Amino acid sequence: MAIETEINPEASVHSDEGRFGRYGGRFVSETLIGPLEELTAAYAQAKQDPQFHAEVERELSSFVGRPTPLYFAQRLTANSAGAKIYLKREDLAHTGAHKINNTVGQAVLAARMGKRRIIAETGAGQHGVATATVAARLGLECVVYMGADDVQRQAANVYRMRLLGAEVRPVEGGTRTLKDALNEAMRDWVTNIDDTFYIIGTVAGPHPYPTLVRDLQRVIGIEAREQICAAEGELPAAVVACVGGGSNAIGIFHPFLDDRGVELYGVEAGGEGLGSGRHAAPLNAGRPGVLHGSRSYLMESAEGQIIGTHSISAGLDYPGVGPEHAYLKDIGRANYVTIDDDEAIAAFHRLCRCEGIMPALESSHAIAYAEQLAARLSPQQSIVVSLSGRGDKDIATVAAQEGIEL
Amino acid sequence: MSRISERFQTCREAGRAALIPYITGGDPSPQQTVEIMHGLVAGGADIIEIGVPFSDPMADGPVIQAACLRALQAGTSVQDLFAAVREFRRQDTQTPVVFMGYANTLEAIGYKSYVEQAAAAGVDGLLTVDLPPDEAGELTGIAAEAGVELIYLVAPNTSEQRLEYISKAAGGFIYAVALKGVTGAANLDTDLVAGQVAAIRNASQLPVAVGFGVRDPQGAAAVARVADGVVVGSALVQMIADYGTAPDLAQRLQDAAAALRRGMDAATQSGGNA
Repeated sequence: MAIETEINPEASVHSDEGRFGRYGGRFVSETLIGPLEELTAAYAQAKQDPQFHAEVERELSSFVGRPTPLYFAQRLTANSAGAKIYLKREDLAHTGAHKINNTVGQAVLAARMGKRRIIAETGAGQHGVATATVAARLGLECVVYMGADDVQRQAANVYRMRLLGAEVRPVEGGTRTLKDALNEAMRDWVTNIDDTFYIIGTVAGPHPYPTLVRDLQRVIGIEAREQICAAEGELPAAVVACVGGGSNAIGIFHPFLDDRGVELYGVEAGGEGLGSGRHAAPLNAGRPGVLHGSRSYLMESAEGQIIGTHSISAGLDYPGVGPEHAYLKDIGRANYVTIDDDEAIAAFHRLCRCEGIMPALESSHAIAYAEQLAARLSPQQSIVVSLSGRGDKDIATVAAQEGIEL
Repeated sequence: MSRISERFQTCREAGRAALIPYITGGDPSPQQTVEIMHGLVAGGADIIEIGVPFSDPMADGPVIQAACLRALQAGTSVQDLFAAVREFRRQDTQTPVVFMGYANTLEAIGYKSYVEQAAAAGVDGLLTVDLPPDEAGELTGIAAEAGVELIYLVAPNTSEQRLEYISKAAGGFIYAVALKGVTGAANLDTDLVAGQVAAIRNASQLPVAVGFGVRDPQGAAAVARVADGVVVGSALVQMIADYGTAPDLAQRLQDAAAALRRGMDAATQSGGNA
C-alpha cells in the first residue's frame, strides 16, 4: 500500500481556538487571560517561523537523541502468541522519557519570549527532571512544584532535579500529589507572570497548552508511523499508549488519526480495580467537568469536588485528562481501557525478563494491554506501543511490592 | 432594581464605600454560617460574599484554601449553603449575597439547576473565578432569566480592549483584582489601584469593588477613597481559622467588620469619595 508520512493537519481533529468539541477552553482567573493570550500569539508566530522549527529539531536530534528507535519485541510477541508487538522507545530519549520532547520545545519558546524563569509541576518526577534539564541547558532559572507525597515516593528524581540546579518545592496542600502541584504552579504563575514561563507537562490545562504540548509530542507518532511502515510495509492494526494526562498518547495517536484502519487504545490506570474506587481512570469512570483551566473528563463527587486517585504509578495518578482525549473518546476515534496495578507490575517484570528493557510503571500499563490485544489479533498484524519512559525511577516501588527494601 | 444596585446606590447617597466581607461558606461548620453572616451585617457589611468551598481552589491563597478544606471536612454541600441563605433571608431581606466559587461546582450540578436554586434561596450574584465571560456561554441567558447577576473579575493586566468586553458581560459590580497573584497575597499598591479603578470607570457604568490584598482598616480606608466597594477576605477567614471553636466567633467577626467600617467611613468623610 501507499505510505504517506506527510499528514494534512487540517484533516485532523483539532482546533485553533483550543476547543475539542465541547472540551478544552480557557477556564482561568482573569489574571491568566493576558499571559495565555500572549503565549498563544507567541506560539502562533513561532509556528510560522522556520527558525523556531530548526532550533527545536536541532535540540531534538543533538540533545534529546531523536529519532528514537522502533523496536520489534520478538520474545514478548512470542510470549503473547499473536500480533507483532513493536515498542516506540521513548525510554531512550535523553532523561529517560517522552517528557523531554515537550520541555525542549516550550523552553525554546520561553527563551524566544524573553522569559528567564521557568516553573513546572511534576508527579512522578519525569517532567520535572526534563524541565530542570532544559533549564540547565538554556541557562534559565527553574522551580518545580511536586506534591509532598510524590517527593517521598520519587526521592531519586527529586535529587536529580536538584543536581540539575532546579529548586524543588514540596506542596503540602490538598492530596499532596500531582493535582495539588498543578494548583500551586498556577498560583506561582499568576503571581509572577511578567518574567515566568509555565511549562505544563501534559496535554491538559487552559488553551493553548493542550494544543501546544500535542504539537510538540506529535514527533513520537510521526516517527513511529514512518518506522512501522518501513518495517512492515503497512500501517499497524493498533497503537497503544498509557494515559495519565495523556501527552505521550496524544503524541503517538495524532499522526494516525486520519488512518481510519488503525485502532487507537489509551490505557488508564485501573489502580485496585474500577469497582474499588481506588483508581485514576477519569475517561472510564469519570464524567465531564472543569479543572485546571479546561473542560474534560474528571474524577469527581456528585457535587463536583475532585476526588482522590490511586495508581501504583505516580505519573498516572491524576484525576483529569487532556481535553482532546475526552473528544476522541466521545467521537469513538480512540478506545480507552484500563489496566490495574497488578497487571502493570506483571507486565513490568515480563518486559524486563523477555526483552531486557525496564519500562516505567506508566508504560507498563500500555505493555500489559498490548499483550492482551496482541493475543486477539493475528500474527500477520502489528501493534505499536508507546514505551513512554524507562523504569529506573520505579524500582523502589516495584521492590516494595515484593517486600524488598532497597 | 436589583438588591446589589440598590445597595451601591444607598452607599453612594450616603457618601461611603460598600464593605464586602468574604467568608468561606460552611467554615468552620455549615451551622455557623448564618450567625456569622448576621454578625457581619451588624458590624456594617453592605454585601456578603460567600465562598463555595472547592477541593482545588487554584486562584486562592493558603488561607482560603485551608478554609475550603475545613468546610468540606465539616461536610458542607452546596445545598447547605443554599439553605444558609434561605435561613439568612428570614431576617434579612436587604443585604445582597454573592456566591464566589469555581466552575466545576456549577458544571456538576448543572448551570440551570444551580442558578434557579441560588435565586430561589435569595442569592443575588455569582462570581465564578475560573469562568471568564468567554466561557460563560449558556450561563449568561440562564442567569439573566433568573435575575441573578454575573460578576466578573478585572485584573491589573487586563487590556483595555478586554475591559470593554468584560464590561459588556458584567452585572452587579466589577470586581477589580488589586494585584497579580492569589487571594491574601502581599500588600496592595494604592496608586496602582486608583489607576485601575479609573480605567474601569472609563469602560463601565457599574460600581467597582476592589479585592485581593485588603487586610486591615488602613488598607480598606485607602481603597474606600477610590473605589465603590472594598472586599476583605483572607483576613476574616484567618480569624475563623484562629477562633473557629470560640463561642464568640460571630461577635469577633462583627467587631472586625465594624473596625473596617470605621476605617473606611473616616477615610471617605475626611478625604471625600473621589
